Amino acid sequence: MAPILELVDVHKMFGDFVALERINLEIHDGEFVTIVGPSGSGKTTLIRMLVGMDQPTTGNILLRGERINEIHANQRPTCMVFQSLALFPHRSVGENIEFPLKIRAVPKASRRARAMELLKQLHLPESFYHKGIHQCSGGERQRVALARALAFDPEILFFDEPLSALDYRLRKTLEKELKAIQRSTGKTFVYITHSIEEAMVMSDRIAILRSGRMVQVGTPDEIYHRPRDAFVAQFMGEINRFSVQKASDGTLTDTDTGVRYQAPTRVADADGTALMIRPEQIRLLPEGEHMDNVLSGVLTQSYSLGSRTQYQVSVDGRTVLVELLGRANAGVGDAVRIGWPADSAMLLKA
Amino acid sequence: MRAWLLSLRSRLSSMFPDPVAPDVSPPPLATRLWQRAPGPLLAMPVLVLLLVGFLAPLILVVTYSFMPPHTFSLTQAPTLDNYRNVFSSTYYVSFGWSVLLAALTTVLLLLVSWPIAYGLTRSFSKPMVLTLLLVLPLFISENVRLFGWVLTLSNHGVLDGTARALFDVELPMPLYNIPIVLFGMAFIFLPFMLFPMALGISMIPESCREAAYDLGATRLQVLREVEIPLAMPGIAIGSLLTFVLALGSISEAKLLGGQSIIMIAHEIETAFTYAQNWPLGAALATLLILLTAAMVIALLARLDMERLLGRGR
Repeated sequence: MAPILELVDVHKMFGDFVALERINLEIHDGEFVTIVGPSGSGKTTLIRMLVGMDQPTTGNILLRGERINEIHANQRPTCMVFQSLALFPHRSVGENIEFPLKIRAVPKASRRARAMELLKQLHLPESFYHKGIHQCSGGERQRVALARALAFDPEILFFDEPLSALDYRLRKTLEKELKAIQRSTGKTFVYITHSIEEAMVMSDRIAILRSGRMVQVGTPDEIYHRPRDAFVAQFMGEINRFSVQKASDGTLTDTDTGVRYQAPTRVADADGTALMIRPEQIRLLPEGEHMDNVLSGVLTQSYSLGSRTQYQVSVDGRTVLVELLGRANAGVGDAVRIGWPADSAMLLKA
Repeated sequence: MRAWLLSLRSRLSSMFPDPVAPDVSPPPLATRLWQRAPGPLLAMPVLVLLLVGFLAPLILVVTYSFMPPHTFSLTQAPTLDNYRNVFSSTYYVSFGWSVLLAALTTVLLLLVSWPIAYGLTRSFSKPMVLTLLLVLPLFISENVRLFGWVLTLSNHGVLDGTARALFDVELPMPLYNIPIVLFGMAFIFLPFMLFPMALGISMIPESCREAAYDLGATRLQVLREVEIPLAMPGIAIGSLLTFVLALGSISEAKLLGGQSIIMIAHEIETAFTYAQNWPLGAALATLLILLTAAMVIALLARLDMERLLGRGR
C-alpha cells in the first residue's frame, strides 16, 4: 500500500545551520507514528514543515503521492494539536470546537450537532458547550483542543507534544485515551515528543531524531531490543554502558578496567565499542553459581520501584545498575557477585 | 558614633514601633493612624489633588450653569434660563458637528491605524524608527502643528506658492472645508488610536493565529475571527480615547475649517470669553460632559471591559 505521507530526502537549513539532514520517512494510513528526540533535535522544525507552516530547503513532502512542499497550512487536509493548544480564549468551548466547521460555512445546526458528538466522544459533559476556555482545567482543555482538531476531520492529525505540561497521572490517562481515539477513528496520527515513555505507550512505530538526523525507525519493541547505536539504547531507558575494545580472539576488554567480557554471539555492529546491558538483564548471583560474565562488587544503594527494586553495585569504583523483580537477599554494604549471559548484552557503536 | 547610632535606633523604633511589643506609653495620634490605616493615608495626597483640581472646578461649572445669564457670582437664585436658552437656539448644530466629526475621526483612524499598528508590532524591521517619528510631533503644540498645515495649504502658501513660482499653475487648495477638518483631527489624534491598538495586537498569541490558519481559515477569516476579537481591548481603549478627545476638540475646526463649521467646544469658548456669558458657557459645558459620559458609558456597557481586560475571568 502506498504511504499516506512520505518524506523524501527532506533537508532544512537556517542560514548555515543544518536543522534537518536528509530525512526519509514513510507513514501509512491509520498508523500512529511518534517522532521522538531530545530538545534541539529538530522535531519542531520537522512538524512545522509537515503541517505547512514552513518549507524544506530541499527534498519533498508527499501527501498520497503528491508534492505538498509549498502548500500553505490552510490549504492542507491535515491539522495539528499545538503544544500550547492554541485554543481561542475569546470563544466558548463549543465555538472553539465548531471553528473549523464555521470556516467551511457549515450551517449552525449541524455544527452544533457535531460539536455535541465530539464532546461525548471525548468524555466531556454537554454543559461544557457554553463554558469559557478559562473555566476548563488542563485536561479538559486537552480534550477541547483534540475535539477541535477532530472537527476539522483531517487526513492526518499532528501533535506537537501537547501533553508535556500535564501532571504524570493525567498524562498517562490521556495517552491511553488518545490511542483509543486513534483506533476508533482509524485516522493517521503523527505525534512529536521528547518523552520516549509517551512514545512507547501510544505508537505503532517510533522514529528517533538526533541532532537533525533520523537515527532509527521501528516498532517500540524493535527499538527497545535492537537499538541501532548507544545513543538510542540510552535514550530508550536506563542502561549500563562499558567501553570495550575487541581482541583478535573475539573477546572484549574493558578500556577502563582491563576486565575481559564474553561478547554476545549476535552483534549488530561489528565495530561496536560500547557494551550495553539493561539493568533487568543483570542478576545477583548466589554462592557457587556461574555465568558468562561475572563481576564482584559492593551493594551501595537500593531503590524500591514498586514491583521491582533497583540496586547500585560499585564495581572497581564504577556504578552498575541491577534491577530485580522483588527484593535481593543482600543488603546495602554487602559484597555481591553480579553476572549476565553474554547474549543479553548488546555491542553497539558509541 | 555609637551613641548617635543608639539614638537613631530609638528614634527609628519610635517611628516604626514593633506591633507585637507591649507599648509602655501610647504612641502619638499620627503613629496610631499610620498603623491602623496606611492605605487611605497614602492615598491622601492624590485625593486632595483630585478634590481641588478636578471635582471642585466641575462643581463650579455645574453651579454656574444654574446662575442667571451674564452674571459672575455663584450666590444668586438658581434658574434654568441657560438650559432653556441652549435648547431654544441652534446649539444642537454644533453638538451635531462635534459628535459627527468625532465619530468619523474614530472610524477613519480605526481603518488607518490597523495596518500601521499591525506592521509596528509584527512586520516592520525597525519599529522604533516609526514609533519615534509618530511620537516626536507630540512634543510640538497641537496649534503649531495645525498652523503648519495652514501655511502649507493656504493660497500662496508653501504648496500653492511653489507651484505658482515653478510651473505658473494655480492649484485648488483644500483649506477651510469639512474634509480638511476631519483630516486635521485624524492627524492630531492618530497616536491615541495607534498605540493602544498596537498594544492590543501585540496581545494576540501567535499560536492562535497559526491554529486558525491550520484549521483552514483564510487571511480574512483570521482577521475577523481571531485577530480583531483578540485585539479588542486595545481597539476599544483607542476608540474611546480618540472619541472623547475629538468630541472636545476645537483648534482643528477653527484653524483648518475657517468658519465653515463651529464645533461645540468653540461655542463654549465664545460664551466664556467674547460673549462674557459664563452661565451659558457652563450650561453648554455641562451638557457636553453629560453627552460624553452617556456615550462612553453606553460603549463600555456594550463592550464588557471586564471580559476584555480581565482575561482570567
